[in-house]
Amino acid sequence: MDATKSLSSYPTSLLLEMFRRMTLIREFELRAIEERHRGLIPGFIHSCVGQEATAVGACLALNPDDVITSTHRGHGHLIAKGGEARYMMAELAGRQPGYCLGRGGSLHISDFNLGILGANGIVGGGIPIAAGAALAFKMRGERRVALAFFGDGAANEGAFHEAANQSAVWKLPVIFFCENNLYGEGTAMHRSTAIQNLADRAVAYGFPGVIVDGNDVVAVYEAVRQAAERARNGEGPTLIEAKTYRLRGHYEGDPQVYRTPQEVEEWKRRDPIPRFRARLLQEQLVDESTLEEIQGEIMAQLDEAVLFAKQASQPQSEDALYGVYADIHNGLVF
Amino acid sequence: MSTRELTFAQAIREALDEELARDERIVLFGEDIGAWGGVFRTTEGLYEKYGPDRVIDTPLSEEGYVGMAVGIAMTGMHPVPEIMFGDFITLAMDQIVNQAAKMRYMTGGQVAVPITIRATMGGGRSSGAQHSQSWHAWFAHVPGLKVVVPSTPYDAKGLLKTALRDPNPVVFFEDKVMYHKIKGPVPEEEYLIPFGVADIKREGKDVTIIALSRMVHTALAAAERLAQEGISAEVVDPRTLTPLDEETLVQSVCKTGGAVIVDEGYTRFGITAELAAVIAKGAFDYLDAPIERVGAFDVPIPFSPPLEFATIPDEERIVQAVYRILEGRRPQ
Repeated sequence: MDATKSLSSYPTSLLLEMFRRMTLIREFELRAIEERHRGLIPGFIHSCVGQEATAVGACLALNPDDVITSTHRGHGHLIAKGGEARYMMAELAGRQPGYCLGRGGSLHISDFNLGILGANGIVGGGIPIAAGAALAFKMRGERRVALAFFGDGAANEGAFHEAANQSAVWKLPVIFFCENNLYGEGTAMHRSTAIQNLADRAVAYGFPGVIVDGNDVVAVYEAVRQAAERARNGEGPTLIEAKTYRLRGHYEGDPQVYRTPQEVEEWKRRDPIPRFRARLLQEQLVDESTLEEIQGEIMAQLDEAVLFAKQASQPQSEDALYGVYADIHNGLVF
Repeated sequence: MSTRELTFAQAIREALDEELARDERIVLFGEDIGAWGGVFRTTEGLYEKYGPDRVIDTPLSEEGYVGMAVGIAMTGMHPVPEIMFGDFITLAMDQIVNQAAKMRYMTGGQVAVPITIRATMGGGRSSGAQHSQSWHAWFAHVPGLKVVVPSTPYDAKGLLKTALRDPNPVVFFEDKVMYHKIKGPVPEEEYLIPFGVADIKREGKDVTIIALSRMVHTALAAAERLAQEGISAEVVDPRTLTPLDEETLVQSVCKTGGAVIVDEGYTRFGITAELAAVIAKGAFDYLDAPIERVGAFDVPIPFSPPLEFATIPDEERIVQAVYRILEGRRPQ
């Protein structure tokens, strides 16, 4: 049962956008996995299948000029903040027109125009960066918010502790958004963390800690909206712990010896997308054909994205030497 | 141009002061840099002048405040985090090496990270193995960082002002032994020193001594002693390691035919190794003897003065290295 108020109090356009972005994330991930198997995408993919509600609920509660830092499981965050599937697919494929000219790949995909200050290959690496962005906003008197996505694993990194403490002291407009999917890579949270709720840690820093059902997009949206309001009003940080679950491996190909198929099945029943879809229909806010139409648009969009990535040019090997520095390149000065 | 004598610390402080006044995006971070004025007094008076929002006392959280500095740099500011003892920079390595240095490249040029990390280096103060190290070589090994190692108040001021206008991450190493012991002329007028331009600190013809940071002064003392024996040593200071002015170093060695490379960092896989490779390639046909390297011995820096001074390069070791070169010189 969803704890949030009736969906009818939200604009239908917002609800549809939630559905659209969650579905796009899900389908994007499935297509990316498929294209990796087919050889279009090199390297590894950490998919966020099952965690779409955290990304979308959080990003839709932010303003377009608010910023986020993302994680190694960051495709959803990018899409939720407005990222375009074609440039994402091209980046995952390592192609020149990708978001990062093919230099970042899945782990570093980002669009600074959308306020995404990088996905990050280092667990916890983005947390102090988000706090720094929040400090910049505060110093310049801008009513903007920075949100750091991180997982339950990152909550045990020193970077989280140091950033949380400093942000509390300086009352920064930052939201620490923990996507607790119960596993830090392959280690269950109960084996790495002696408390049940990471939100409890907020007490130790002196700001609120909120637990939210991370598979309920509207609940996530509400929690982040309130935290963002607090932040904008100069009341400082909030820690949000969104309880969720990744339905696929830590990375594609992960043998998943650390959990049982029964556990995964159990969580599939709480899959955020069918759940939200059922609720939209149950409350009679949209009809099925509208949702089907959105689904169809997304599939077409992804077909186009895959085609775009396939046809996109590869970077030239000599380009590897350019762009290390903002003012010079290796060939000129070194 | 009118000049006056400033200490190394005063020159650093003056550069920070002028740049804070010039550019409101500049903000200093560090442990006790504000109300205290810095344990080495390099930020003295700046807290009073610019306020707690621009000269920020941080918790003891190197990873945290360097990381926040990376974030603030990515959103339009130019932070200057200070690492009080360079040894503590290990605590912030992820943010410097994995974040600041790579962010521009791995995002395909979407963002610049203009951050100037000031860190101290150097032993000789009986501070023990965790407060005496010189880790500049690590950062010179990382693409995406610039590394500055000034030796004089004049260079320190001009190079720091350049760093504070550079759009890239810069790691700026200040030998803490120089802060109050080294004085030198600094013009009243504003000046900048570009990166990647070595400086010949003393001209000579018999041998080249390449030295950086405080070791420049040790090398100059050695050169003075050698001069009394009729040996003319040229002392060349690269001033920045990245970018590196290979040409000036190579030209000097081509002229003198011998090279002693001196650095307070460890010898093994260190700056002296890299510079020796540059010289070996660029001046191979001009070398009359094997290149000599003088660095800290490969042990943790000890506490007791006789032990500590035995590990860090000194005048005597430089002189002995020059003797070896001159002995090894083939007959002309």
